Amino acid sequence: MQYVEACDTVGNMVNTEEVKKLAALARINVPEEKLEKFAQEFEAILGYVGQLESLEVPEKTPLLPYTNVFREDGKPHEKGKYTEKLAEQFPAREGDYLSVKQIISHD
Amino acid sequence: MEKKLNELTITEAARALRARECTVRELFDACVQSAQKQNEELNAYLELFVSNHETLEPDAETLAAIEEAQKLIDAEIESVASGDACGVPAPLLCGIPLAIKDNILIEGRTSSASSKMLENYTATYDATVIKKLKAQHAIFIGRTNMDEFAMGSSTEHSAFGKTKNPYDTTRVPGGSSGGSAAAVASHGALASLGTDTGGSIRQPAAHCGLVGLKPTYGAVSRNGLIALASSLDQCGPLAKSVADAKIIFDALKGNDPLDATSIPKKSPYQKPEAKDAGAAPKKFRIGVPYHLLENGVDEDLLAHFTKTLESFKSAGHEILDVSLPTSSYALAVYYVIQPAEASANLARFDGMRYGLAKRGKSLLDDYVETRTEGFGEETTRRILLGTFVLSSGYIDAYYRKADAARAVLTKEYDEAFKNVDVIAFPTTPSPAFVFGEKSDPVSMYLEDIFTVTANLTGMPALSVPMGMVSREGKELPTGIHFTAPKGAEDLLFTIGAAVTGETL
Repeated sequence: MQYVEACDTVGNMVNTEEVKKLAALARINVPEEKLEKFAQEFEAILGYVGQLESLEVPEKTPLLPYTNVFREDGKPHEKGKYTEKLAEQFPAREGDYLSVKQIISHD
Repeated sequence: MEKKLNELTITEAARALRARECTVRELFDACVQSAQKQNEELNAYLELFVSNHETLEPDAETLAAIEEAQKLIDAEIESVASGDACGVPAPLLCGIPLAIKDNILIEGRTSSASSKMLENYTATYDATVIKKLKAQHAIFIGRTNMDEFAMGSSTEHSAFGKTKNPYDTTRVPGGSSGGSAAAVASHGALASLGTDTGGSIRQPAAHCGLVGLKPTYGAVSRNGLIALASSLDQCGPLAKSVADAKIIFDALKGNDPLDATSIPKKSPYQKPEAKDAGAAPKKFRIGVPYHLLENGVDEDLLAHFTKTLESFKSAGHEILDVSLPTSSYALAVYYVIQPAEASANLARFDGMRYGLAKRGKSLLDDYVETRTEGFGEETTRRILLGTFVLSSGYIDAYYRKADAARAVLTKEYDEAFKNVDVIAFPTTPSPAFVFGEKSDPVSMYLEDIFTVTANLTGMPALSVPMGMVSREGKELPTGIHFTAPKGAEDLLFTIGAAVTGETL
């Protein structure tokens, strides 16, 4: 097994502030006492994947061929066939409606 | 019979059922009793589909499936006995007890992906693979433990406790399909389904002495699997023999309109000249990327690999050195693309429509509190990592670069397959490791160094047991790994059977 030594030019970008920012973007709360650990681990992980920087890829490498996939419109199923089954999973419901907090706030 | 019923392979059990040496119920009972007895120690199963944990009576749905399967077997036996040529043979998997990984949906049953996020989630439909197994009248024993959302290589990241390796309970079974591997290796099921995003079928198969197949991307429908990284995920079998893995793969494969990435009925991978049945060459050209094996592979494991290649050579097969330079970057490519896709896929878990739902002061609090409590540490780590590599300013250096490298890597493999039929290396550099040994993320990620390439290129790959090595007084299994061109699973089965000495 052979892998290229980590490049340190891309390192040193992840501090605890950065982790906090990423967590906020991902809608997750990382507790204060774990911020440092996460930051250190990211340094190591990004140090490892940073070896990609030394890989030369041809300019404008054509990516893998992607094609669109369509399917014929089928007959729709009868109305309400799955409603109850899906609604049973709702954490909160009013009749067949999913109940959530007010989305638009005034402040 | 020498073997106990639960120790049989699928092929042996299918024969025994038809010879009236056992019934479907006896086969189920033998597996479920063994599974229950060992589960306290191994924790392979999160749930057994029984109505009573004392008597181990199958639950109503399972009982109905067992009775239906027995009817079909009986009908086949009777039609054969009466010389009725029109009798319908029962499918090969009819009455065979299988274990199902916890990220594969079975309608009406919990499917949690071993996460607190989905602990209370009941599947509202069957995954396509489950539909196909039900059509064959296979019997489901229970759902198996895994790394949360399939992120991990040891099953230590499950929210419901770690699974232990049946060969040595101080060691991991591998992951993320560790429960599916331990269940079969300990004879708590005849075979199982797993999913493989970077090695999650093949690595636990190697660590537990089983055969594991990651099919060609798109060969098996992903409809109804809880997604980790959609461009890499595939579902496949863990089995006691190559023949068994083939039986399950044949049952699962096929185009599915519900998965836009499934291979069309008219497969682009089918070569026109490959018409003559079997199509596998009598003499294989086996490519070995020796440059990847120079460092880091355990000496005794490498010795097994060399010995296996030697026996191929003396059987008349050809061993060729192949160069795959970009392979050295494969793991780095993988650990950009996989977290990126995972962070996008896992954005759907917001506590609104199903699963865990915590409530705070505002709607934003609802999201944050749900996700903070629902996701375990490794899941959070990868979501943040994925968010990072996709974020403005870094997306070119990480994600786009990795995507380009993935294309280069795929071309390298395509090029290599012009000169060889399959490519071989060990499945893992070392046998199963001790719990906690790989607590830092990078060392855990390195477990996948050989297996990730097949996911990145979309090519099918098979791990087959290649011999035992000794660690601290315990004998541990190892695996040899074969990759084939897309759509060429049959080549894998043929070469795999040559290693195990099976005739398919």
